[in-house]
Amino acid sequence: MTIQHQTSDVQAAAPARAAFYNDPTVRAIFWQVVVCGAVLALIGYLVSNALDNLARQNIASGFGFLDLPAGFAIGEGVIDYEPSNTYLRAIVIGLLNTIKVAVAGIIFATIIGVIVGVARLSPNWLIARFATVYIESLRNVPLLLQLFFWYALLVEALPVAREAYGPILGFYLSNRGLNVPLPHDIGFVFPLIGLALAIAGSAWLYRRNKRIHDATGETPNTILPVLIMLLVFPVLGWIVGGFPTEFDTPELGGFSFKGGGVVSAEFMALWLGLTLYTASFIAEIVRSGIQAVTKGQWEAAGALGLRRSQILRFVVLPQALRVIIPPTTSQYLNLTKNSSLAVAIGYPDIVSVAGTTLNQTGQAIEGIAIIMAVYLTLSLSISAFMNWYNKKIALVDR
Amino acid sequence: MMQPLKTIALTFAAVLLAGQAYAGATLDGIKANGTLRCGVSGSLAGFSLPDSQGVMQGLDADVCRAVAAAILGDSEKVEFVALSAQQRFTALQSGEVDLLSRNTTWTLTRDTSLGLDFTGVTFYDGQGFMVPTSLGVSSVSELDGAAVCVQTGTTTEKNLTDFFRATGMSFQPVVFEGFEESVTAFINGRCDAYTTDASGLASIRVSNVENPNDYVILPEIISKEPLGPVVRNDDGELFDIVRWTVFAMLNAEEAGITSENIDSFKGSEDPNIARIVGDEPGMGAAMGIDDTWAYNVISQVGNYGEVFERNVGASTPLGFQRGINALWTQGGLMYGPPIR
Repeated sequence: MTIQHQTSDVQAAAPARAAFYNDPTVRAIFWQVVVCGAVLALIGYLVSNALDNLARQNIASGFGFLDLPAGFAIGEGVIDYEPSNTYLRAIVIGLLNTIKVAVAGIIFATIIGVIVGVARLSPNWLIARFATVYIESLRNVPLLLQLFFWYALLVEALPVAREAYGPILGFYLSNRGLNVPLPHDIGFVFPLIGLALAIAGSAWLYRRNKRIHDATGETPNTILPVLIMLLVFPVLGWIVGGFPTEFDTPELGGFSFKGGGVVSAEFMALWLGLTLYTASFIAEIVRSGIQAVTKGQWEAAGALGLRRSQILRFVVLPQALRVIIPPTTSQYLNLTKNSSLAVAIGYPDIVSVAGTTLNQTGQAIEGIAIIMAVYLTLSLSISAFMNWYNKKIALVDR
Repeated sequence: MMQPLKTIALTFAAVLLAGQAYAGATLDGIKANGTLRCGVSGSLAGFSLPDSQGVMQGLDADVCRAVAAAILGDSEKVEFVALSAQQRFTALQSGEVDLLSRNTTWTLTRDTSLGLDFTGVTFYDGQGFMVPTSLGVSSVSELDGAAVCVQTGTTTEKNLTDFFRATGMSFQPVVFEGFEESVTAFINGRCDAYTTDASGLASIRVSNVENPNDYVILPEIISKEPLGPVVRNDDGELFDIVRWTVFAMLNAEEAGITSENIDSFKGSEDPNIARIVGDEPGMGAAMGIDDTWAYNVISQVGNYGEVFERNVGASTPLGFQRGINALWTQGGLMYGPPIR
């Protein structure tokens, strides 16, 4: 910009010699128009060519098929689905399954990643080596192989449904997955409401006490009231709900379990694979973030008499977080996109469902467009959230 | 495993970029290249599976060879492309293969909205179920609540749903992209039952499991699955050649002409035989290929009966009887219109 301004100044001083086509501003606009026009023309050509080709080969096109009944069953879903529902609903089921495994994967990959990353820097030789072995072995084996490994392990090592492990508190574990008891009674909603209130109350108390601490230096007791809330509120909810006790427990009947809920073997294998693989990358990011904090910070904090755990929590991690967040965002995106490998081990994610859809309807371009739009939307949403969070924790000039 | 997505993405690009083709372009392309690119399964014993020498063997593979013999005069000039169930149609639509001969069921939707044409039926099949013998199940009606392993991208997937809906039974589908993965999951006990075409079940039973007696194929057949070769529907010339290649194999069997004895029919007075062995001109020229096309097909690949017996017949591990795949003269459905 600076250079441009200087040039225009020079030209303004000598207007007689400068033709309009030598004016840098005009040139800049001209080239931008040319490039944009060329890109638009190319897109227009590709789209019209695709439509021509489809019409010539008599391949149906358009999104009208989304309203037709899908006619195929899906193994598992977050919301109800019948084969007589539309393709659109089938695709939504697939999308929710993708989101389910991505969210579960991101949460656990973060927890494991932070623990392993810190462990790798541990002064304890055994813990540090163990973390190193974990990171190096999982990071360097292709994810698809790991998924096959976990799936094979679950399906081959666990017994068939008839010989399932359990019941332990109503839980059964077999190569079909983990069958869990579910609350049967509507009264169980109230203890959950109580729990939610307790968590909200704890968060409020934590912030309030932090404010007091920042302002006065006093440290009001947070842990005791939080524990009391977490214990008392759900019990109150349970009493309000009328002491519900009935659980819908899984029972072995016929080929599989009836009643209760199920975490399928496919979901477990995919979730395990994605979590452990991504955690190894996050661990390295956490390690690099911690090491990016200068040694002086550790020494200064040590000089103040803080313990190692306190140094990590109050001095090092808050600074490391600024280094950690941006690359972690891209790991979250990777995890979400890697979940498309689900189709290899039979988990009905968006790629699997949209794949069946495009195969039954023959509308490959629309199917691929839907898959692309879904991943683009998911990735941009995660990205937007993480950017917001990154901005929030960024260094504030005081 | 990313292979299917790659194919579909390539198709996406191909459809965007492909220029105008003209009718007959595929036939000219096959002649110019000197090879027929033929899409097969590559993992289904009896239909298309490489043998220990890496040579693709099977009924579907032999249909490819027969078409190559008809067009190029040499049954070996085939480039086999192994395709998953999900890849197959996009591979054909995008021109990655010239011909699809991959145990593919002829249905209305596929024949119309995919821009493809089925040239006929090379094997009449039907969908069945296989269960471990230890399960003690003897009929499909006992499968209520079962987990069923199935491969995606097939009519099987939809038939399965239709069948269970019609009978009011419940089931849990476990859907895999890959054939091998779906079979492995079934063998490891992830599913109670495996479903695909009866021919496929027999193929799995002999080639994918340790002891065939540990598995039993249930007697019920829940669908009609006429399997046959497919071409693009702007490929009129290739369509005719593929269709009549199969008819020539049927007519040869009906006339008793085999790959062994075809030379003894040379100079026959019977015009129907003279046209098959290439003595009477005009039949090939009408399709834009050599007049000896049918002779090449029968002498190099064999008639339909030979191909059937060699790949899936009673003497093979699959051990199929001809059944409805017998000639019409023997109570089957196989009928070749006259070559004249």
